[in-house]
Amino acid sequence: MISGLPPGLILIAGAVAIPFVGPTIRKGLVLALPVLTLALIWGTGIDAGTVWSAPFMGYAVSPVRYAPTGMLFATVFSIMAFGGALFALRSARPSEMAAAFLYAGSAIGVVFAGDLITLFVFWEIMAIGSTMVVWNGSSDAARRAGLRYALIHFFGGIVLMIGLIGHIEATGSITFDVMQADAWPRWLILAGFLINAGAWPLSSWIPDAYPEASPAGMVFLSAFTTKTAVFVLLVGFPGTQALIYVGLFMIFYGIIYALLENDMRRILAYSIVNQVGFMVVGIGIGTEMALNGAAAHAFAHIIYKGLLLMSAGSVLYMTGKRKCSDLGGLFQSMPITATCGIIGALAISAFPLTSGFISKSMINQSAADQHMMVVWLLLTAASAGVFLHAGIKFPWFVFFQKDSGLRPPDPPWNMRAAMIFFAALCLLIGVFPQPLYALLPAPVAFVPYTGAHVVGQLQLLLFSGLAFFLLLPLMKRTLTVSLDVDWLYRRAAPAVIAWIARDLRELSDGVLGGTRAQVGSIIDSMAHYHGPAGLLARTLPTGRTVFWVLVILAAFLVFNFS
Amino acid sequence: MEKHWLVRPKTIRLLWIVMLGVLAVTVLLQLGIEIHGEFHIDETFGFGAWYGLGTCAVMVIGAKILGAVIKRKDTYYD
Repeated sequence: MISGLPPGLILIAGAVAIPFVGPTIRKGLVLALPVLTLALIWGTGIDAGTVWSAPFMGYAVSPVRYAPTGMLFATVFSIMAFGGALFALRSARPSEMAAAFLYAGSAIGVVFAGDLITLFVFWEIMAIGSTMVVWNGSSDAARRAGLRYALIHFFGGIVLMIGLIGHIEATGSITFDVMQADAWPRWLILAGFLINAGAWPLSSWIPDAYPEASPAGMVFLSAFTTKTAVFVLLVGFPGTQALIYVGLFMIFYGIIYALLENDMRRILAYSIVNQVGFMVVGIGIGTEMALNGAAAHAFAHIIYKGLLLMSAGSVLYMTGKRKCSDLGGLFQSMPITATCGIIGALAISAFPLTSGFISKSMINQSAADQHMMVVWLLLTAASAGVFLHAGIKFPWFVFFQKDSGLRPPDPPWNMRAAMIFFAALCLLIGVFPQPLYALLPAPVAFVPYTGAHVVGQLQLLLFSGLAFFLLLPLMKRTLTVSLDVDWLYRRAAPAVIAWIARDLRELSDGVLGGTRAQVGSIIDSMAHYHGPAGLLARTLPTGRTVFWVLVILAAFLVFNFS
Repeated sequence: MEKHWLVRPKTIRLLWIVMLGVLAVTVLLQLGIEIHGEFHIDETFGFGAWYGLGTCAVMVIGAKILGAVIKRKDTYYD
């Protein structure tokens, strides 16, 4: 019977319970439930390939499908829920923790979905949960950003739903499996998936909404939405060539915008787009190694990006500041936060001995194996760019550069423990990659630690570091934001609507005003002639009436006599 | 207040020297390691070094040029 229980429901049930229990039980609950979820994924002895189905509205839905890729993603989602809960243990309000667990549970629901209906239901619950996490940022900016976030995601949901209906109508099948982007329903499904992945042109919701969440909220947000999108692309559209170009655009978009950005958490948000871009390219290349690389990179990314956002969140929590121009020199009083942030930065940069090195290399290598020289050269340049925009820029401007004079201590024990746990995972996965490789969907023949690979990567990264310090004057922080596609719906669309509304008002005023005047003039003229004092309403004297009656009668007689 | 040892000019100068030394070592290491690239360009000497330095310069300058067009005050949307 337990095989029929979707593992995601454990966290969703937790989300329902969290607001109704006391603080002590709540703390125990949020740490225990992710572990219980992991136990349900791995500890029940259920083999990959097991599917549990039930009839629903004439279809056989499969809310539970044990498959290697889904189990890999559910594992890292559970680890993330645990680490995020530990980090948020003392700072998050019950409503925020509940929203985060609803969000995490529904993400696990998506990766265990064996059919498109189940997938869609959990997909939409995820949108609701994540919007609530943004709103728990509790500022006016968070409220507005959350609304924009919700609009984008519900728009994406509609696109996906139309595609799914078209696909199910055409094929009669609701099974979630490999699809070909060969007709409009599948194009819409692909578009719906890509919206959640943060693909351009709808990328800006990530740097717009995520940094407005609370310090702990953004840790959760960084993990689930974009990575479930990677999961569904991995299962649904492997080898779709267009994804290579979509992914490359995301990669360089993320680098350039992060280089221009001043807000430390927005830098990391742009960097999510950049990193998901690598995964999307891997899915587009579509070979076994590339798909393994995309899956491994998603796993590694969730942990090191969570770590980076814990580090940035700790700084925000302790200083109340998030702009690089206000920060600097914090390594002196926040050594644990700085060290963990640097480990996260090295991991995202794919430094040898960190998790990024053993995952991203597979994607780059698969491009080389397929003789895609331009793609490989771009991915290599992008690897250098990652070190530039996140690997050095984030720790340098937050923990070093100038002395801001701020001397906050490291954050409370639970936040430090969460950071140390994730930093240890980044290093352990980097040094001992085999356990992660064993979880990947296909057997791994890749050997990351060869002399040539290590030396080549060290050259690339260290000379990128040199470029950073040589070009530092060009990267002086400014109090600016960068215009993005969201300008269209944040500025242009409201301006157009205001303009149309103003013209409509003038038009309506004109029409209504004219009618009123015309109606008024008709009424006035009627009143003039027919009103009490009107000419035609005057009561004529009887004598004159008799006279006129006589005239008429006389005329009648004269005409009739003749 | 005395500056932290890590940010004193003397330490920074030392860090630059160490960093340049490490950079030189990473390039020289290639003398002892045979590189089997998939393309000719990745077999050139110090490929990672010159390619990393060059592409980063292009990205930083490209971002600077784009920034001149798309940057606005951070109160723009308020």
